[in-house]
Amino acid sequence: MSEKKGRFGEHGGQYIPETLMNAVIELEEAYNRFKDDPEFNSELTKLFNDYAGRPSRLYYAEKMTKDLGGAKIYLKREDLNHTGSHKINNVLGQALLAKKMGKKRLIAETGAGQHGVATATAAALMGMECVVFMGEEDTKRQALNVYRMRLLGSQVIPVKTGTATLKDAVSEAMREWTRRIDDTHYCLGSVMGPHPFPTIVRDFQSVISKEIKAQMLEAEGRLPDAVIACVGGGSNAMGSFYNFIEDSKVRLIGCEAAGRGIDTFETAATIATGRSGIFHGMKSYFCQDKYGQIAPVYSISAGLDYPGIGPEHAWLHDTKRAEYIPVTDEEAVCAFEYLSKTEGIIPAIESAHAVSAAMKIAKEYTPENSIVITISGRGDKDCAAIARYRGEDIHE
Amino acid sequence: MSNIGKAFENGKAFIPFITCGDPDMETTEKIILEATANGADLIELGIPFSDPTAEGPVIQAANDRALKNGASTDRIFDMVHSIRDEVDVPLVFMTYANVVYSYGSERFISSCSRIGIDGLILPDLPFEEKDEFAPLCRQYGIDLISLIAPTSKDRVAMIAKNAEGFLYIVSSLGVTGTRSVIDTDLSSIIKTVRENTDIPCAIGFGISKPEQASQMAAIADGAIVGSAIIKIMEKYKKESPKHVGEYVRSMKNAVMSVDK
Repeated sequence: MSEKKGRFGEHGGQYIPETLMNAVIELEEAYNRFKDDPEFNSELTKLFNDYAGRPSRLYYAEKMTKDLGGAKIYLKREDLNHTGSHKINNVLGQALLAKKMGKKRLIAETGAGQHGVATATAAALMGMECVVFMGEEDTKRQALNVYRMRLLGSQVIPVKTGTATLKDAVSEAMREWTRRIDDTHYCLGSVMGPHPFPTIVRDFQSVISKEIKAQMLEAEGRLPDAVIACVGGGSNAMGSFYNFIEDSKVRLIGCEAAGRGIDTFETAATIATGRSGIFHGMKSYFCQDKYGQIAPVYSISAGLDYPGIGPEHAWLHDTKRAEYIPVTDEEAVCAFEYLSKTEGIIPAIESAHAVSAAMKIAKEYTPENSIVITISGRGDKDCAAIARYRGEDIHE
Repeated sequence: MSNIGKAFENGKAFIPFITCGDPDMETTEKIILEATANGADLIELGIPFSDPTAEGPVIQAANDRALKNGASTDRIFDMVHSIRDEVDVPLVFMTYANVVYSYGSERFISSCSRIGIDGLILPDLPFEEKDEFAPLCRQYGIDLISLIAPTSKDRVAMIAKNAEGFLYIVSSLGVTGTRSVIDTDLSSIIKTVRENTDIPCAIGFGISKPEQASQMAAIADGAIVGSAIIKIMEKYKKESPKHVGEYVRSMKNAVMSVDK
């Protein structure tokens, strides 16, 4: 897949300060030691099943299928996991690994708060200290999640620099890691950052596609025709795609946050509007100006509000193995409301971006075909913001 | 030896860092001239980046101010080009990998050569990723400066063996910013460096006071100061060149006192 260690084509790498180099080398060595270790894997599987509630359901959305009049629609219900999103998969894996490495403290960045809540949860479970960095803007958009993290015993540090959103939270978590390395593991939340994070996070999230594959074979006796997931950094999408990469007939569709539109400055659609760059430890695609200054991106979804994309997605784009399409705020909100009314499932606004794309392409198929949409998280956290978007002011 | 070697011929070196374009390009020019006149042996010129992940709050804020006031790679190139003849010390750019890469690596590095820049410091380019820019730097005669951190341990020898220009020894864990105490065992790091290279080494991160600078100069070939100078620039703005000059004088005297 890649010629050099930690590379996906030309993307990936380890563009980080020297201070962090031994930490990522130590992490890579530990991961290589434990990833095929039967004891580690049986502990992790037990956590996945007994604690997080895996395997997550693959639900046939019959009403939605009839209404859209094309492919059969299946929903991969990551929203039903403990803590309400796919983030728990990666966090349980990394926390267990960190514990084996003798680390006593987890730090994390968070956008919508889902990864922060998952990390705070794993830290509580495993008796580790936890500090979560969250853009100040996002602490306002997702106040409930801030409270949840504190309730779980974590410290939440609002990040005021830059645009005070996800990218600034990542920068601040990286800075904190350079301050304190010995006892601290940086539990990065997406398939991004320096090697080995994109690989580790993808591997822990790949349980999603592993399950989809088995569940689809059981339900339909064949693989799906398309798998659709939303992409910020891209962890739920990478997890949903990974075990299908070799199955060239399965379309892989990533949905980026277009914000107010890709022809505006208020967008976070990296593949549609970005270009190759080096940031946050990796070479990949980034929204930036002509001098390489990182663009202040925007999306209604705090979880997709990131100016870059994981390096393996950049490579899947280059090789045309996956398609990346922009979905606007308005389209996502419509899909958020649609899935709620049609199936009685309130998706995270992030996942609603994937639902929107499915609503558009379902008609390209017949009922013999099937599409899987990964519902990466549940939408309770978004209700107040969507109400505001529709001009209704409710108090949480 | 490259031109950077000259910075270490005048006793222990004092190396100031300034963020270009804070508060504006005219003031940056004056600061460079004042710093040189007051004994700076080499000047690190920061090209601002929107998201400087190795910087503490003081330099982050300077980056923001400079960008807000219109600093750009092209304007900084023009500024350096216009004053290069008046400045007789080596000049190096310090910025982030994306600023170079996004501009077009060859276009950036060849421009450095054209305007008289001697070296490049990229804090987010570790040894393993050097090849991103090293061949072009070699081609255009620009030294790609390597950094060594308190956590480098078994990497020190490898980095030192391949070093060019000078070695930037990071004094402490964490990001840039002033510190009251530096407690890393720098002597043993520098001992390993000396066993592996003849290239001079300078210590940076956390240094603000003359006493600290002379302590660092006692074990290394020079001291680098950033945040303390940026604080002066933040306080005096357009009036800062004179104050930076005075500060540079006091720090150069402090490092020179070590030689006696």
